[in-house]
Amino acid sequence: MFQALANPQRFMDFSRWAAPLVGIIAVILITVGLWLSFIVPEDYQMGDTVRMVFIHVPAAYMAMFCYACLGGASFMGLVFRHSLADAAGRACAPLGAGFTFLALVTGSLWGRPMWGTWWAWDARMTSVLVLLLLYIGYMALQAAIDDEVKAARAASILALVGLINLPIIKFSVDWWNTLHQPASVFRAGGPSMPPDYLWPLALMAIGYMALFGSLWMVRVRSEVWRKRANGLALQAAG
Amino acid sequence: MNGFWVMLRREMAMAWGRGGGPLLALTFFVATATLLPLAVGASPARLAAVAPGSAWLALALASLLSLERLFERDYEDGTLDLLALGPVPLEAVAFAKGLAQWLTNGAPLALAAPVVAVALGAELRLVPLIFISALIGGLGLAFTGGIGAALSLGSKRGGVLIAVLVLPLFAPPVIFGAGAIEAFAGGLDWHPALALLSAYGLAATALGPFAMAAACRNALS
Amino acid sequence: MLDLDPGKYGAFLWPAFAISALVIGWMVVDSLLSARRWRKEVQRLEALRSDVRDASQP
Repeated sequence: MFQALANPQRFMDFSRWAAPLVGIIAVILITVGLWLSFIVPEDYQMGDTVRMVFIHVPAAYMAMFCYACLGGASFMGLVFRHSLADAAGRACAPLGAGFTFLALVTGSLWGRPMWGTWWAWDARMTSVLVLLLLYIGYMALQAAIDDEVKAARAASILALVGLINLPIIKFSVDWWNTLHQPASVFRAGGPSMPPDYLWPLALMAIGYMALFGSLWMVRVRSEVWRKRANGLALQAAG
Repeated sequence: MNGFWVMLRREMAMAWGRGGGPLLALTFFVATATLLPLAVGASPARLAAVAPGSAWLALALASLLSLERLFERDYEDGTLDLLALGPVPLEAVAFAKGLAQWLTNGAPLALAAPVVAVALGAELRLVPLIFISALIGGLGLAFTGGIGAALSLGSKRGGVLIAVLVLPLFAPPVIFGAGAIEAFAGGLDWHPALALLSAYGLAATALGPFAMAAACRNALS
Repeated sequence: MLDLDPGKYGAFLWPAFAISALVIGWMVVDSLLSARRWRKEVQRLEALRSDVRDASQP
């Protein structure tokens, strides 16, 4: 499938119908998920804030998923020197940064009533914050270099360095936190999740993922057109 | 191998020669540490609690300073083009640059770190560990920093960009370095933190040159 | 059925949903607008090129 879609024209033909289709699926899933989110009973411990799970957890999940996609695309771009892979990486970053930001903000809004604080230097929160910084660094590097091919390759190298570093950062922050802070305060949600909550959560998570897939295709299409437009403008000038 | 030593000597000479080199980083380090009591208050108890950690923070910031010129200068005057064509592989050149950065910047900063920490109120018995952790940590900071410096070649605003790219990657060494000192101060086992710090430094030393060389080739192409 | 009254937690719950909607909305609009913009640009340039070609033919 990768082989087939690596051809820009074939990708354009495929995404022409796939992007709207996946987008519609995302809208349906998220609508049903949201509706279910407000139907499920309140949690005996967390009360109504349990509904925060359904937007916070999918966003946090997508924050990581997008970085994995970004790393994969960067690897393909560097190894196979494929322009579509560069476009794919470029398309991932703003979406990933958006989801990461959402995970942080909803987490903060959830933490206030549950833990009594907007922000704590808890291991997870810190490593997600570092993830956001990595996304921003990727975009900043891409924006700062004029030559597009060079910018894409430099950003790809950074994405890969970040990909190697992410587990280390995650591990080190875990280690740092357990060294300093007793984990008792941050026991969110009590025991494992009741099945009532699993359905809306799964729908929202798959919905977010479909949304990302659809928007990602739209952004790659936009990149392909942008390159074509630049090429045409160059021809017209030359 | 001979070429590598020539490169290393050249890099060291340039690092010492260019505009005060380590002196500038040292001054910045001390100046940052000076701001700390002004910001959090001069109460000895409060300062002593944060002294080793803030010394590490200032260290990470100070090691950013000279990164901007690490590759930029050779890139601008065309030396990097010649080096890329020369007999010494670009990876070895990058390794020499990172090593020189460590020796001329990380080492002086490591010497200054215990002084600054003690001035801020750290206990004297922490001095050896602060020096050693700063020295080992400097290796990781120099090589991860070098990656950022090589990546931002040819960009419009080098300095700030390097800081944005590199500071998130500085998280592990800062955690392990400051963690080792804190564990030692608290009477806990500080060996694992120091071992992890060394592992990070060695991994950065081993992998960093490849990323730097790839970034340089990309900038030159 | 629908429980849209989160009680004292409304102050935290609604902003979280609102911000999620805003950010996701921005992602959708930004993606669609940029795709539209560059598609139009390609069409414009291609039309321009075919005009030139037509004009140059006798």
